[in-house]
Amino acid sequence: MVQYTNAHLDASFAALSDVTRRGVLEQLGRAEASITDLAEKFNMTLTGMKKHVSVLEQAGLVSTEKVGRVRTCKIGPHRLQEATAWLEKYRQLWAARFDELDGVVEDLKQREEKFDGRKKRE
Amino acid sequence: MKNHTTVERKSERELVVTRTFDGPARIVFEAWTQPDLFKRWWVPKSMGMSLLSCEMDVRVGGKYRLVFGQGMEFFGRYIEVTPYSRLVWTNDEGGEGGPVTTVSFQERGGKTLLVMHELYSSKEALDAAGTGAADAMGETFGQLDELLVALGASGRS
Repeated sequence: MVQYTNAHLDASFAALSDVTRRGVLEQLGRAEASITDLAEKFNMTLTGMKKHVSVLEQAGLVSTEKVGRVRTCKIGPHRLQEATAWLEKYRQLWAARFDELDGVVEDLKQREEKFDGRKKRE
Repeated sequence: MKNHTTVERKSERELVVTRTFDGPARIVFEAWTQPDLFKRWWVPKSMGMSLLSCEMDVRVGGKYRLVFGQGMEFFGRYIEVTPYSRLVWTNDEGGEGGPVTTVSFQERGGKTLLVMHELYSSKEALDAAGTGAADAMGETFGQLDELLVALGASGRS
């Protein structure tokens, strides 16, 4: 969990470390916008804006959807965070179970080794 | 060093959990199919729950039932049992159309790769199961949310 959360937070905070990207988030907090809108608003090339949006998207702070030739960006996906959080909880549950199962497997292996040892001696 | 457990959402309706065990498939399979062994690992101490009873009739059509202290139970029936390699069962505690769980055991070089696959009837069913399993969200995510809200609010002013 720690590792996972840290990786996620690193991506989020790295995304937020740039003034343009924070501006884009503020902008999208008000309304959805296309990449073209955002590029104009921030006086940037389309390619430059695409890169910023892609960083935000990878951090889960922005989601985009392409309809026809226009890619619309919006804040979020908050739901993605929930999704990854419950998946991580689920992983922790199974990791805890399987760590206990390791102990059971070890016991059974040792029991068999003893048994085999006895058989060989007989 | 413990082996790593991975969880992946394969599709809208499928979850896959994988883990390698340092023992032959026969032994890992036994730990999944013998109640006295199963009880030792299914409820880890960190869960803070206890398993009151565990019945398993491990054969095709046979039933299983796990009863917990808090009036919670899990039950269903086995629909495929292939010794040391594959188990498939239904999860019927939520009524009809519950998820189907498939566990496969693949042995290689004395180790066993376990793959547990859960197929839900719909995306909504999987989402609901997930949300129920994780009502407590990490504090760090909460803090990040607050930060986003603050950013959004400052954008509006």
